[in-house]
Amino acid sequence: MKIIIRLIPLILFLLLGLLLYRGLSLDPQSMPSALIGKSFPQFTLTRLENESQQVTNADFNPGIKLVNVWATWCPSCKVEHPFLVKLAKDDRFSLYGINYKDDRVDANQWLKYYQNPYQFSIFDDIGKLGLDLGVYGAPETFVIDHHGVIRKRFAGVLEPRVWQRQFLPLINTIEDEMAKGE
Amino acid sequence: MKTNNLVNILTKNSKALMVLLSSAMIFFATFSISAGPIDTYTFPDEVTKKRFASLTYELRCPKCQNQNLADSNSPISQDLRKEVYDMLIDGRTDTEIMDFMVQRYGEFVLYRPRVSSITYILWFGPIVFILIGAYVVFLFTRRKDTEPEHLSAEQKQQLKSILKD
Repeated sequence: MKIIIRLIPLILFLLLGLLLYRGLSLDPQSMPSALIGKSFPQFTLTRLENESQQVTNADFNPGIKLVNVWATWCPSCKVEHPFLVKLAKDDRFSLYGINYKDDRVDANQWLKYYQNPYQFSIFDDIGKLGLDLGVYGAPETFVIDHHGVIRKRFAGVLEPRVWQRQFLPLINTIEDEMAKGE
Repeated sequence: MKTNNLVNILTKNSKALMVLLSSAMIFFATFSISAGPIDTYTFPDEVTKKRFASLTYELRCPKCQNQNLADSNSPISQDLRKEVYDMLIDGRTDTEIMDFMVQRYGEFVLYRPRVSSITYILWFGPIVFILIGAYVVFLFTRRKDTEPEHLSAEQKQQLKSILKD
């Protein structure tokens, strides 16, 4: 009994050390979105390419959707762009853009210059849809399933490693669900 | 030449220099620097103004995680402050505004987390630790029975008389 009491400080120290060590490898920036499992918010905005053309949720394709939040003022979006162009060739999902708090002319020029990977981009100049999505910066990428439910939110640059590890498995899962008719 | 004289006096009399310097330091320290972002919101009444201040004080900036909305200059904080302002003018209650933020940004945006099953440890952990600590202190400081058991009645009597002296 005495020996156990004597060891208590050591045990406490080890536990605390373990806890703090674990804390070192946690990324405080990676937060779960509050919207996972909820429907994509309703919106009525205009198409980036054409200010007189309205877009709503009904304009999304029925299958799996990737929604990428981007802007010309965002340097990381430029880094991520070539990979998005590659992704656009995959027909397992449709890629859409939300042009977040940007200038319409600049954004259209960007798409002309760097290629347009999106089916269409939603022009969200005051960030209203961004707010409803809990966006706090760009780039951010959301995965929407066939029911219009948000399944994943990723904040940061989309690159092959992240894609392989986090997105592909989820897309496979959703495809399985679709095949089962869920 | 005059300034030279002053320098002479000061260098010779280091005490005077010290007094001068420290009074200057104390004087300048009284200017507080407030570097908060400046918005030009106008409020219909003092109560709304206070509510705005307390809401932006208790809501956390999602991007710059160790600042509240009132402190942060990031674009997202500016937007959220605007949103809080619009909702206040709209006549929404504080709870509605908090709910609006939590629905979009998660429990994370509340600097004062709600009491729920996942925050029990946050709210009640400290109390539990204090109780444990108090118990440990109690265990260690408890006076052990001072009267030795193995003494005979006679010896006890003797001990008492010694202690009395």
